[in-house]
Amino acid sequence: MIDFRMPSLGADMESAFLREWKVKPGDVVKRGDIIAEVETQKGIIDIEVFNDGIIGDLLVKIDEKVPVGTLMTQIFSLEEVKTEVKKSGEAEVPKEKPNIHLEVHRASPLAKRIAAEKGIDLSLVKGTGTDGAITREDVDKVVVEQTSPKATSTKTAGENIRAAVAAAMSKSNREIPHYYLQTKVDMSGVLNWLAQENKQRGVKDRLLPIAPLIKAVAKALVEIPDLNAWWENGLQRKSGINIGFVVSLRTGGIIVPAIHDADKKSVGEIMQTLTDIISRVRSLKLRSSDLSDSTITITSLGDGAVETVYGVIYPPQVALVSFGGITDQPWADNGMLGVRPVLNIGLAADHRASDGNTGNLFLTLLKNLLKKPDLL
Amino acid sequence: MSAPSVSIKLSYREALKQSLRDALKNDDRVFLMGEDVGRYGGAFAVSKGLLQEFGADRIMDVPLSESGFVGAGIGAALNGMRPIVEIMTVNFSLLAFDQIANNAATLLHMSGGQLNVPVVIRMSCGIGRQLAAQHSHSWEPLFAHIPGLKVLSIGTHEDARLMLLTALKEPDPVIIFEYTAMLNLEGEVPTDTISVDSIYAKVRRTGKDISIITYGAGVYKSLAAAAELAQIGVEAEVIDLRVLRPLDEKTIVASVTKTHRALLVEDACQSISVSSEVSARIMEKCFYELDAPVLRLCGVEVPIPYPKHLEDACIPQKEQIVTVAKKIVCHD
Amino acid sequence: MSKEEIKKRVFKALKNIAPDTEPEKLSENSNIRKSLMIDSFDFLQFIVALDNEFAIQTPEEDYGKIGTLEELTSYILEQKSKNAIS
Repeated sequence: MIDFRMPSLGADMESAFLREWKVKPGDVVKRGDIIAEVETQKGIIDIEVFNDGIIGDLLVKIDEKVPVGTLMTQIFSLEEVKTEVKKSGEAEVPKEKPNIHLEVHRASPLAKRIAAEKGIDLSLVKGTGTDGAITREDVDKVVVEQTSPKATSTKTAGENIRAAVAAAMSKSNREIPHYYLQTKVDMSGVLNWLAQENKQRGVKDRLLPIAPLIKAVAKALVEIPDLNAWWENGLQRKSGINIGFVVSLRTGGIIVPAIHDADKKSVGEIMQTLTDIISRVRSLKLRSSDLSDSTITITSLGDGAVETVYGVIYPPQVALVSFGGITDQPWADNGMLGVRPVLNIGLAADHRASDGNTGNLFLTLLKNLLKKPDLL
Repeated sequence: MSAPSVSIKLSYREALKQSLRDALKNDDRVFLMGEDVGRYGGAFAVSKGLLQEFGADRIMDVPLSESGFVGAGIGAALNGMRPIVEIMTVNFSLLAFDQIANNAATLLHMSGGQLNVPVVIRMSCGIGRQLAAQHSHSWEPLFAHIPGLKVLSIGTHEDARLMLLTALKEPDPVIIFEYTAMLNLEGEVPTDTISVDSIYAKVRRTGKDISIITYGAGVYKSLAAAAELAQIGVEAEVIDLRVLRPLDEKTIVASVTKTHRALLVEDACQSISVSSEVSARIMEKCFYELDAPVLRLCGVEVPIPYPKHLEDACIPQKEQIVTVAKKIVCHD
Repeated sequence: MSKEEIKKRVFKALKNIAPDTEPEKLSENSNIRKSLMIDSFDFLQFIVALDNEFAIQTPEEDYGKIGTLEELTSYILEQKSKNAIS
């Protein structure tokens, strides 16, 4: 049996409102299945499970404010359920549903009737009647919320996201002593390689320059683990390299979904992941895994006139890598002056966690990796 | 029935007397018989002056023999008269219970539909005058139990003025309960006595949050409670059952279907009471409309004590009705 | 397929990618990406949408040929006629 707790969807999240259960007790789930929707400042997030199994009692009710770490349900393995069935002496009776305690709802007959008519799961309704009984009013409330889900939030999604960014960035500038480094990279190798790759790829699988850049950052972090870390009571290096990628919303604000284990993904897989998460971000249909466990952040302002970005670290991370636009610039190479597509790479790092030398090593390594894009 | 357009203020006692007078005037077959109803003017002065007005043939004093004179009333009814028999109080009615339950209630059935018994038996009832255990019974449920009877309860001045006239139109035996404690209470009664409706339960106050279902002495207390509840935003509907047998299920169900909550109030003690039956009917007919358990406020299950404060504590009072209604509606 | 119909479908694709914009108000000669603030990621989605809508696989070297609405409609017509011949 595994306890399923409210995940942390970003280090700045303290709690979320449960808006919908997508499963009921006894449902069989697979790793990656979405079992609930919660509302955070970043909007409605789909919550996924990380284990196969069978859902136990739902321990949190709709619209409850759920602090990070709160037990939401338990996931039983098939073996556990089978053993339970045997123990209860019904060994040979094939059971469709596992032997999990199902709650008898204390609800008024009227509440039950309305819930049945409207298809409301009473286990998700919080009772306010005598001894916690569910009344018509309690069910009506859920009906209203389901028909107008936004009616409950007084703030718009945009305002909430703005507030979340404001809080995280204020904390960063208040607490993190940033240092900034910058370097220039000749991108002709990468761009040529991309052009060749894209000729062989279908429209849907085409790569953007950001894909090899992310892969290169991930590879460099394998060598420089001090930048792939959190600062929480001292430096805590993280084993997985989960790159948070800043996605700006067309309506304003940013969301930073994670590309998990970027060092282990191919450039093509990174592009695929980016396509998935960016479309989920833009439609504000995020999953819990999109938002959890980032160990470093990458921001790219490649589409405008900006050459260099001086980033603000997303706490409790200790570094942020930034890309400006790729522009044609004079470039000296082997004593010859030429024109090359040049990218400015910036690094903002937490001086509590690392020193300029660490950052220098990282950027140098990154620059070298980008010289051989075919090896990424 | 159209709402009475003009009303005057009368005591409950005076309203009862006026209805008796109307009944005697309207129909020569009507006469009143009972202990001390004539020369003494009635144990509670309800028939005071009627002997002088209508004469000894129609206002008839009888010996202290409930079984005998109720039987005589039944006999008169069988022979075409329209007797109004007064049993001084419900406390003495058990002496006549055999006549009521075994004769009045059954003869239509026993005669294969040939013999109607159009007798009206009035009795005063209830507690509130410090008459102690033997003289303070609320035995409406005993009579409401018996098939063949129609059982009415006069909880308002309007009904004190009108209900007897309707009862006299019934072809079968009718028991009317009047409430001793209310005799001196003044209230509005309609001056228009022509339009007398057939009797059903009556919504005395409309509301949407809870149905307070009551009768007799509970009606005014429930109305007072409803007025207080209104001040905290709880709109209680008050239903005066009026007919305890046969129960007006339709009105009850319609009200509970609207309010989804019910509180039943009566002076009779709780076990096997009218409220027991009303509660069961609600479960049977509109269970799926209920948003809270049906609760009852009834008489305490003790012989009624003599001291005033203990007497008061034995039956539901306005404050309790408010408290319990609030608990049902607001859960606190 | 008429130019008008092509435009209609292009507008629909753009609206999907940038729901907050009004592609119908684009003038013939203004740059689509700049006018609607379409970044490189969204532009790639748009290229995918053109493939779905018109069955044309726009190669990267042709990105420069579809900057404005006028250029884009001509390009689509041209590609479609090529496809029809082959």
